[in-house]
Amino acid sequence: MKPGHGEVLLAEGDPRVREEEERLIEEFRRQLDEGMWAAVPTTHPGSGRREAQLVKTYGDIPTGADRVIFFPRASGG
Amino acid sequence: MLLALLALALIALVLAMPLIAREARRWRVRRAARRGSGDPLDIPLYDPGRERRAEQRARELLRSCVNDEEWAMYRDLGFIRVGGRHARRESDRAAPGGPVYAYLVYPHKPIVAYVPGSGQLLSEYCVEFPDLTGSGGRHRLPASDDVLAKWMALTSDEDRVIRRANMHLVGRQLDPARVRRDLWRLAEWERRRQRRGVTSSSGE
Repeated sequence: MKPGHGEVLLAEGDPRVREEEERLIEEFRRQLDEGMWAAVPTTHPGSGRREAQLVKTYGDIPTGADRVIFFPRASGG
Repeated sequence: MLLALLALALIALVLAMPLIAREARRWRVRRAARRGSGDPLDIPLYDPGRERRAEQRARELLRSCVNDEEWAMYRDLGFIRVGGRHARRESDRAAPGGPVYAYLVYPHKPIVAYVPGSGQLLSEYCVEFPDLTGSGGRHRLPASDDVLAKWMALTSDEDRVIRRANMHLVGRQLDPARVRRDLWRLAEWERRRQRRGVTSSSGE
């Protein structure tokens, strides 16, 4: 999510393909270095409840996640 | 005498040539810059549809992340309710009536904490998601992205976002009467949904 623009596609690829995964990791790190927060929307298998999972490293991304959303970190308004 | 003066003038001209050439180059650069900035086609064009398209994309993104009830709530009422995760007692955590406290998430307004059981307003949390790109302008997220960012922050790490927010009693930025009206609207909305659910199930 980019202020003034909304949703912007940063990178896409198949994490099972080595080159594409490297590109995804590089973009992931770049976003976190810029101070963004990263979250993966998830659905509880049992209850079906939707929530988000904050991820701080590329390895935290749940297997099978189809997207990671980056958004500016929260600050007191 | 005249010949000597002409010779001196010629020597002075030759010596001054590098200076003249340098000044001429600068003048050409300045003139090109003036022409460039004066060209009306070089002014960045204002795109009146950019924000509308951004909001449209943001709504789609929000819809794809939250559940159907939350999406319908946002679409119909303009805010989303998020249940609080903490409970003083273990029995409260498993209470059938839902969470002990909850938040109302508005776009570009503080998050309001309240007690669903009694409707008591607890506090408002002023939080924003500022532009970190350093692009100069103070851009903000589209309204639906702001709601989604709050929803993601609250559902993933409630403590972190609440710690970062500025907490006030309700009334600093939001009108308590309006929040109470929103709670009443939410209750009515849920009743209507329930009735529709009963009707549709009884009709089967």
